[in-house]
Amino acid sequence: MVLVVVFCPIITAILIMVGAPARKTALGASILTFAAALFLLISFDQGTNNFQHVTSFTISPEWRLSFTTGIDGLSLMMVLLASIVTLAAVWFAGTIERYENAFYACLLFISGGAIGAFASIDLFFFYAFHELALIPTFLLIGIWGSGNRVAAAWKITIYLAIGSFVLLLGLILLYQSFPPVWRSFDIRALQIGAAQGQIAAEAQRHVYLLLLIGFGILISLFPFHTWAPEAYASAPAPAAMLHAGVLKKFGLYGLLRVAIPLLPEGARHWAGLLVVLLLGNIIYVGLVTIAQKRLDWMLGYSSVMHMGYIFLGIASAGILGVTGAAVLMFAHGLSIALLFALAGELRQRTGTLVFDDLGGLARVMPFAGLAFGFGAFAAIGLPGLANFAGEIMIFFGSFKNGWAMDRFHIFQIATVLALWGVVISTVYMLRAYRKTFMGTVNERWKELVDLRPALRLPVALLVAALLCYGFFPQSFVRMIAPKFRTYLTANR
Amino acid sequence: MMKISAPELEIAVLVLGMVILMVEAFAAKIDKRILAFAGIGGLAIIFLASFFVAPFPSPNQATGFWSFYTADRLSIFFKQFALLATILVLVMMIDYAPVVRRSFPGSQDGLGEFFAVPIFTCAGLMYLVSAIDFVFIFVAIELVTISFYVLVSFTRRNPVTLEAGTKYLVLSALSTAFLVYGIAWIFGVTGQTNLHRLTEALANPATDRGAALLGMVFVLVALGFKIAAVPFQIWVPDVYQGAPTPVTAYLSVASKAAGFVVLLRVLVPFLTLPQTQRVIVLIALLTLIYGNLAALPQANLKRLLAYSSIAHAGYLLIGVVCFDVRAVTFYLVAYLLMTLLSFAVLIIVAQHTGEEISDFDGLGRRSPFLAFAMLIGMVSLAGVPFTAGFLGKFYIFYAAILQRQIALVVVGVITVGCGFYYYLKVVRAMYWQSTTNSSKIPVNGLSRLAISVLVIATIWLGVYPQPIFDALKR
Repeated sequence: MVLVVVFCPIITAILIMVGAPARKTALGASILTFAAALFLLISFDQGTNNFQHVTSFTISPEWRLSFTTGIDGLSLMMVLLASIVTLAAVWFAGTIERYENAFYACLLFISGGAIGAFASIDLFFFYAFHELALIPTFLLIGIWGSGNRVAAAWKITIYLAIGSFVLLLGLILLYQSFPPVWRSFDIRALQIGAAQGQIAAEAQRHVYLLLLIGFGILISLFPFHTWAPEAYASAPAPAAMLHAGVLKKFGLYGLLRVAIPLLPEGARHWAGLLVVLLLGNIIYVGLVTIAQKRLDWMLGYSSVMHMGYIFLGIASAGILGVTGAAVLMFAHGLSIALLFALAGELRQRTGTLVFDDLGGLARVMPFAGLAFGFGAFAAIGLPGLANFAGEIMIFFGSFKNGWAMDRFHIFQIATVLALWGVVISTVYMLRAYRKTFMGTVNERWKELVDLRPALRLPVALLVAALLCYGFFPQSFVRMIAPKFRTYLTANR
Repeated sequence: MMKISAPELEIAVLVLGMVILMVEAFAAKIDKRILAFAGIGGLAIIFLASFFVAPFPSPNQATGFWSFYTADRLSIFFKQFALLATILVLVMMIDYAPVVRRSFPGSQDGLGEFFAVPIFTCAGLMYLVSAIDFVFIFVAIELVTISFYVLVSFTRRNPVTLEAGTKYLVLSALSTAFLVYGIAWIFGVTGQTNLHRLTEALANPATDRGAALLGMVFVLVALGFKIAAVPFQIWVPDVYQGAPTPVTAYLSVASKAAGFVVLLRVLVPFLTLPQTQRVIVLIALLTLIYGNLAALPQANLKRLLAYSSIAHAGYLLIGVVCFDVRAVTFYLVAYLLMTLLSFAVLIIVAQHTGEEISDFDGLGRRSPFLAFAMLIGMVSLAGVPFTAGFLGKFYIFYAAILQRQIALVVVGVITVGCGFYYYLKVVRAMYWQSTTNSSKIPVNGLSRLAISVLVIATIWLGVYPQPIFDALKR
C-alpha cells in the first residue's frame, strides 16, 4: 500500500508526459493517493513502534543499500499531509494555457518526490526522492511563474542544489562515522547502532552541523532563507502550495528522523547556535514580513518565519517540544497551502496582490474571505485550529526543555522572544486580512465573483483538516509521541 | 564455454578496420554508410565476444608479451567500454555524414575513412587500457593520437576545423615529447619500464626518488593533456568546438577514459612517494575550479560540453586522489552515457538549427523526445539523483570524505552548484523559451534506438549501479 502512495503520482506524471489527458488523470491519481493514505491511516496499528507496511528491495548488499519503504506515525502524518495538499493543489490548478501536460506532470513529480522521501526508510532514497522535485520546481516557476520568475527560478534551484549536496555530504559522513560493520543506509539499523553509542561524540558534532546547514538551506533557516519568499511569490499557486506546504517539510522531517535520534550529542552541542538562528527566523524575518507590501511576498516570508517555531521545538529536544514541532509541521503545511491557494486565486482574478490596490474583497468574495480568515488565524495560532496545538506544545516544551535546566536557560529566553513572534505574526496577518478583505471595496473589484463551488471543495478540505486536528490533536500525538520517546531516551 | 583470450579482441578489431578500408578502396560505388553499419555490426559482435574472455592478470615476473600486456578485469571492462563508445560514435557519425559530405563537394570521397578510422582508434584504446609497460603505453597512445589527428581535422575545408586539427596536432606532439622524456627519466633511474618491476625498484632505498619523481611529473603532464586536466586543458575548448561533433564526443569520452585508466596504472608505483598525492590534489582543485567557472558564461553548447568535460575530469581526479578505482570506473561509465547522450541529441538538432544554446529554444515543443533525452543528459551531468551522474558523484564524494580531503570536498560542492546553473541553461532554453519555428526535427530509427538505450541506461544505473561493480569483481 505504501508503494501505491509513493508511485501513484510518479507513474501518473510519466503517463501524463506521454500524453494521457492531463487534468483528469492527475485528479484521479491524487484522489487515489489520498484514498490510499487514508487507508494507511485507518489500518495503522498504534500498538507498535516499528515501521509498518515495510517492503524492501536490495540494491547493493555490500553497501547495505536497499529500496525500503514503510511508515510509522511520523511518516504517516507527513504522507497524509502530502496527499491532502496534492489533492488540493491539483484541484486548484484548473486549466493551464501553456503546456498543460507538463504542468501537471511537474506537480505530480513534486508530490511523488515528497511522499517518496517521507515513506523511505533507506537514507539514500530518502535523499534521492527529495531531489526528484528539484527540476520540476525549476520548470514550474520558470515557465508558469509570474513576476520576477527567471531570477526566482535560478535562485531556488541553485540554493536547493547546493543545500542538498551539503546534506549529501552530511549523510555520507554519518554513514562513515559508524564502524564498518554497522554501516548501513537503513535508518532502523542506524538507530540500533546509535543507541549502542557507535557514533563518537566528535563525529556527531561534525555530522550534525553539516545536516543542520544542509537541511537548514532546504527549510529556509535564517540566514539561508532568501530563496524562499521570492520563489513562493513567483511560483504558480499550486506549486507554491506543494513546495511551501509539503516539500519544505522534508528538511524538518529529516531533522526529526535522522538528526535527533542518531546525533543527540551533536544536537546538544549546536543547540545554542540553532537557537540564535531560529530567533533570526522568528524575530528578524517576522519584522521583514510586517514590512511587505504584497500579499504573496508576505505569505512567503511568513512561511519562513514559522519555520522558526518548528526549529525551536526541534532544538529543545524534549518529548513535548519535538512532538509539538511535528504537529506544527503538519498544521503549517495545511494552513500555508490554504493561504497560497487563495492568494493565487486572487491574483488570477485581480491581477495584482499589492495591498494598496486591494480592499473590501470579503464583500464580493465572502467564501474566499472566510477561508482566508481560517488560514490566517491558523497561522497566527488561534486555539481551535491545528497550529495552536503545535505552538503551545513547542512553547511549553522549550521553556522546560529536556536538558539540564541550569545550563540551558538560553531556551527560556528564546521562548520569551519567540512568544513575541506570535504578536508579530498577528500584526502582519491581521493587517494583510484588513487590507485585502476589509474596508471599502475598490471600484475595480465590484464585478469580482466568489470561488466556484468546484473550487470550494479543496478549500473546505484544507479547512476541515485544520479544524479537525485543532480540536483533536491527541489523535496525532498518540501516533507520534511514543516513537519520539524512544528516540529521546535511547541515547541518555 | 567458448574460450577467447583478450589479445584476440584487438586483433579482431584491427582486422575489421582493415577489411572496411579495403572495401572502401575497391568498391567505390557502394553507399558508404554500409561501411558504418558493417563497422557497428562487427564491433557489436566483438563486444559480445568480450564477455566470454576470462580475466588473466599478468603475473609479476611475466616475460615477453605478458610483461607489457595484461588482461585483468579492469582492462577487459574498459575494452568493452571502448567498444561501446566506438559503436555509439559510429551511430552518431551516420547522422553526421551529410555534414561531412557537404565538405567534400560532388563526391562521397572520404566518408569511408571517416567510418574506418575510429575502428583503429578503438583498437588503440583497447591496447592502452591493457598496457602495463611504459613502452607499450607510449605505442598505444600514439596509435590513438595519430588516428585522432586524422579525425579531428576531417572536414578540413572548414577553417575552424583546420585550426582545431592544427592545435591538436601541435599540442599533442608536445605532450608526447613530455611523455617520452618522462619515461626516459624513469628508465634512467630505475632501469625498468614495466610497472610491476618499477614498483619494486622504487621500493628499493637505493633508488634516486627525486629523479623518478621528476619523470613521473613529466608523465603526468602528458596524461594531463589526454584527460584535459588544468593546466593542460588549453587545447580543449577550441578543438572540441572545431572538430566534427562525433569526433568531439569520441575525444571527450573514450580518449579521456583511457587516459584515466593509464593514470591509475602509472600512479601505482609512485603512490609510495608522498609528493604524488599532493600534486594530484592541486591539479584536481585547479581543474574543478577552472572547468566549472569557465563553463558558466558559454553560449555555444559544444563549447559548454568542452568545459564540462574539463569539469568532469576534476571530479574524476578526486577519485584518483583517493585512488578509488571503482568510483572512477563508475563515474567514467556514467560520463560515457550522459555525454554521448548529449552529443547524440546535439548532432541531430545542430543540423536543423545550430550549436548555440539559443538554437535549442522551444525544443520541448518541437521534438519532445529529443528534448527529454537532452533533459536526462543534462540533469545527469549536473548530478540529480536517479541518474547515473548522481551516483558517480556520490561514490567520488564518498571516497573523498572517507579520506578527509576537505579542500576537494568543499570546492566540489561549490562547483556542483555552478554545474547546476550551466546545465540547466540548456533545460531552460528547451522548455522555457518559445520559438517561431515549430517544425518537428526528424530522427532516424537507429539514432532513436541509440538515444532511447542511453536514456534508459542512464536512469537504470542511477537506481541500480550494482551491474558495474559486479562486472569489475567478476
